[in-house]
Amino acid sequence: MNWPSTLKLVGEQTRYQVLTFMRSPVGLFFTIGLPLFMLVLFNALFGDGTVDTPAGSWSVQQFYTGGLAAFTAVSATYTNLVNMVPIRRDDGILKRWRSTPIPPSVYLTGWILGALSIALLGVVLQLTLGVVAYDLTIDVAKVPAMVVTFVIGVAAFAALGLAVAGLVPNADSAPAVANATILPLAFVSDIFIPLENPPRWLDLIGDIFPLKPFVNSFQNTLNPLVDAPGFTWDKMAVVIAWGIVGVAVARSSFSWEPSTSGSRRDRRRRSRTTSAAI
Amino acid sequence: MAVVEVRDLRKRYGDIDAVAGVSFEIAAGEVYGLLGQNGAGKSTTVEILEGHRRATAGSVSVLGNDPAQSGREFRDRIGIVLQSSGVEQQLTIREALRFYGSCYRDPRPIDDVVEMVGLTEKIDARIGTLSGGQRRRIDLALGIIGRPELLFLDEPTTGFDPVARRESWKLVQRLCEGGTTVLLTTHYLDEAEHLADRVGVLAGGRLIAEGTPDELMAAAPDATISFELPAATSSDELRIPSTASIEAGVVRIETEFPTAVLAEITAAAVERGVELVGLSVRRPSLEDVFLQLGNDSGEAPG
Repeated sequence: MNWPSTLKLVGEQTRYQVLTFMRSPVGLFFTIGLPLFMLVLFNALFGDGTVDTPAGSWSVQQFYTGGLAAFTAVSATYTNLVNMVPIRRDDGILKRWRSTPIPPSVYLTGWILGALSIALLGVVLQLTLGVVAYDLTIDVAKVPAMVVTFVIGVAAFAALGLAVAGLVPNADSAPAVANATILPLAFVSDIFIPLENPPRWLDLIGDIFPLKPFVNSFQNTLNPLVDAPGFTWDKMAVVIAWGIVGVAVARSSFSWEPSTSGSRRDRRRRSRTTSAAI
Repeated sequence: MAVVEVRDLRKRYGDIDAVAGVSFEIAAGEVYGLLGQNGAGKSTTVEILEGHRRATAGSVSVLGNDPAQSGREFRDRIGIVLQSSGVEQQLTIREALRFYGSCYRDPRPIDDVVEMVGLTEKIDARIGTLSGGQRRRIDLALGIIGRPELLFLDEPTTGFDPVARRESWKLVQRLCEGGTTVLLTTHYLDEAEHLADRVGVLAGGRLIAEGTPDELMAAAPDATISFELPAATSSDELRIPSTASIEAGVVRIETEFPTAVLAEITAAAVERGVELVGLSVRRPSLEDVFLQLGNDSGEAPG
């Protein structure tokens, strides 16, 4: 018997990741639902405003749609991987997969492509809502830049998600780590609030980490003041650099074994073992 | 040819030898039981054989491979039922078997596997809605989906009710009829007695005894004769040996030769016309053997 083709294996793995995600109401709400709700909310609150930049003013509606779409992509990749990987690791699910003949690279590709699929769904919903309800115009000439920016961003944040997931000590602390790393950055990254003339140090923090460069690059593909093709390579270079760091860290931090202070089941087993050893 | 060959296996964690020089072999088609209490080194040994951990010293050959160096080919030929592994609760049984089965070269049909483990009626139920015993049967199903030549069963019936245990025993027996070699770990002695062709007893990281369940029993402590001492009868009158213990009017005699001792005593009782209430001869169970060996661990290996 021959091995199933890599393409078929990757397809099955991606399907598996998307299916398990779609059946997790909490993940679905925070990743897809909440940003859509924020788009509605922000537009209701600030919808008739403008964002003033040196290049000119553009509508808040377009600003928010682009920013929240990018934020959705980051939630679907980084936040979800930081949350889900340690849970499955501590439940012993990663170890179970490691016991099967699936090549580890295929398994990890499944995680990344699953996250990418969810990000794609979230971004498409976000943009659709923007076009239908908030006068968002998508410039066909800038769609290639939008797609490339999306793919690079999603890949980089998926790599960072796997890297941080490997560093998270156990599933209990995963949500805290995910939120503590992404939420403060989101406030200084032109997602919830357009930063007009922020203090220098806030600007700097935003520029150093990959979230704001990605968000700004994505927003630029929707910004009427930016001409086609709409690539923002200097900012995307920051995202790519972080993605490379993510890959390097993930390679050494990723573990298939439940963490030593892992799930309750594991703790119980260990304490039993310890008492028997004594 | 031996499917599993373990020579002087050692695994050290810090200052502790979790496995301190274990050797055994498992022949093709054999069900080998590794018996021991928690912390005896069972799981460590098995995880080294599965390729999940590396040995500190010693040699291990599984299906002709070194599991620590082996990849996809090797994992296609083994099946692992892990003690502590979860399954995606959001999936149905059918979906889980499909996804896990998809990475083997020649997976068993899902319907066959589900029937073998007795979950046909639940095939489209979400795993999160199933009972603990049913989930352990999913573990079994996932362990055999790839048609393994060697199946690792790590405490397969922990948490089962008695009926479910009997059922999974039957399943393991059916698998063995199909020629699958099985390495079973358990701390249930009746389970080893019931399923295993040969048993190795682990204590303190050492194999302290090995043999068929019957052989282990033969090396066991003596049989115990017990009965109530009839009123107004002395132990001399009944020719009770001096090694006997008498507590609260109950006589206990441990002996290698229960037939001869019993003949003496019953003859004496019949001569005096007294009845021995509660007369019993108890053969030691594997549990007794196990406890005794565990107590002696570190001394004479069996």
